[in-house]
Amino acid sequence: MSKVKYILGHFDDPDVMMSGIDQLQKSNIAIEDVFTPFPIHGIENKLGVKRSRLPIAAFCFGLLGTITAFTMVYYMLVIDWPMNIGGKPAFAFPDFIPVMFELTVLFAAYGMVFTFFYVNHLFPGRAPRVMDLRATNDRFVIAIDASLNDINSVDAVLKEAGAIEIKHNERKYISYDEE
Amino acid sequence: MANFDLTQKYEFSSSAKRWSIIMILLGVATVAFGLMSGNADRTFANLLLNSYYMTGICVAGLFFIAVQFVANAGWSTSLIRVPSAFSTVLPWAGLILVAVVGAGLATGHLYQNWANPALTDHNSPEFSELIKGKSGYLNTPFFMIRIVGFLLVWSLFMRVLRKYTLNEDLVGGLLNYNKSIKISAIFLVVFGFTSAIFAFDVIMSLEAKWFSTMFAWYNFAALWVCGLATMALTIILLKEKGYFGWVNESHMHDLGKFIFAFSIFWTYVWFSQFLLIYYANLPEESVYFQERWSDHYFIWFCLNIAINFVAPVLILMSRDSKRNFKMMKIVTILILCGHWLDYYMMIMPGTMGEKSGFGIIEIGTTVGFIGTFAYLMLNSLSKEPLVPKNHPFLNESLHHEI
Repeated sequence: MSKVKYILGHFDDPDVMMSGIDQLQKSNIAIEDVFTPFPIHGIENKLGVKRSRLPIAAFCFGLLGTITAFTMVYYMLVIDWPMNIGGKPAFAFPDFIPVMFELTVLFAAYGMVFTFFYVNHLFPGRAPRVMDLRATNDRFVIAIDASLNDINSVDAVLKEAGAIEIKHNERKYISYDEE
Repeated sequence: MANFDLTQKYEFSSSAKRWSIIMILLGVATVAFGLMSGNADRTFANLLLNSYYMTGICVAGLFFIAVQFVANAGWSTSLIRVPSAFSTVLPWAGLILVAVVGAGLATGHLYQNWANPALTDHNSPEFSELIKGKSGYLNTPFFMIRIVGFLLVWSLFMRVLRKYTLNEDLVGGLLNYNKSIKISAIFLVVFGFTSAIFAFDVIMSLEAKWFSTMFAWYNFAALWVCGLATMALTIILLKEKGYFGWVNESHMHDLGKFIFAFSIFWTYVWFSQFLLIYYANLPEESVYFQERWSDHYFIWFCLNIAINFVAPVLILMSRDSKRNFKMMKIVTILILCGHWLDYYMMIMPGTMGEKSGFGIIEIGTTVGFIGTFAYLMLNSLSKEPLVPKNHPFLNESLHHEI
């Protein structure tokens, strides 16, 4: 049993890499993920990446903000300390709306950011986990799970597709600290 | 990517022609009926509503083109001839608006809250100090000069931009594009000020004692949403007829985002105006909402918010519905009806008061104006190819994907 966990095919050209994805898919090799220094048009569709569910989180956080604001203002102005402002009833709903609007935006924005950090394991003190450091610089990297595929045939397809370097990693992630 | 026929021209089919002429005739018949049957006030209020609506859509077309040029936007190039066709109707819409306003002033059916001579006559029992104080600005000659002037200036900008885009079709190159950017930037500055005064004059002065600085932006938001919705609807209907094969879901997505965003902007401005008046509770300001809060109008007041805010927010929030042509068709029709109601709520309480209604005069006049707009716009659209073939961003637009 080989200790290789992941095969990384390095490309130095995005178009060559895109056709490499085609060839891998044609050979029925499952692609784990692709890492590129910049976004590439149409790559999500090609890899079948599902749309992010971040908007759903944003909606839920926004709703939470609306409810929080309403509850807070209602408690303050109606239950705890009713005041006569311009002869309006204590529960003057139009006055509530700006606060509800602002807290909706605040909760949605922060909620989205923190959800994004959580999903991507980005929080203070945590070294970022990457599969290959050069994918953030000048290489386009296709990662393939070695346990699901035959290593030799993957290597052959990658080489034929124009990979300039093929790495066999025994660990999934490397960290910035190690290099 | 499929090959599209970029030399495609819209053919103004005889059935479209026939239907729009029937609608125009219906409108003319309704107006004649309204004037004959002793409903002149109501007819004039409706004529004002619809001609203002139509002018707004035409000038929104011009505004859209100008924004696209100044923003160096590429996505919209392949559909820019639709707003361009809207803008060519502007002189006609302006002519109708000026005719309605002029006739309304001459016959005493419009703007009677300030144009009535008794209001500024010291010896009259109806004399109003307030209106007298405003009469340096709100008097018939200056009022007409402003409205005619604004429409003329906007039409001139339209003519220049139109000339550049047609010239670009002939000679190519970047010269016309660069000139268009310059003229668009100037137009946007001019429009920013004139559109505000235009809204104050044509609509806000119907209730001459009331004032709101928010009103300008409120009206701008309304005309911009209406223009965008009309654009989207026109494109969808033409696509159903086999034109605009290159317009894909991404273009619709962008238009949908625009409509979604500016529906919310409209609500934001509407609410800002409402909240400040509600909160400050000054009698001379709150009278405006007092009228609209009455039993006669309250249901329409609420429906206005439901159609123009709640519906677009709930329906257009998801990406899928913005990319769905059928859904967009429903939403744009809904929004166009909603903003008709919005204009109704701006105009009717100040002109008809509690006697306003919704019946044959409202429907007939609106149908007439839809026919007029459709005829003039489609006629203009059929004159030129549907795509500006030498526009520098055409390829970007044809490959638009988000």
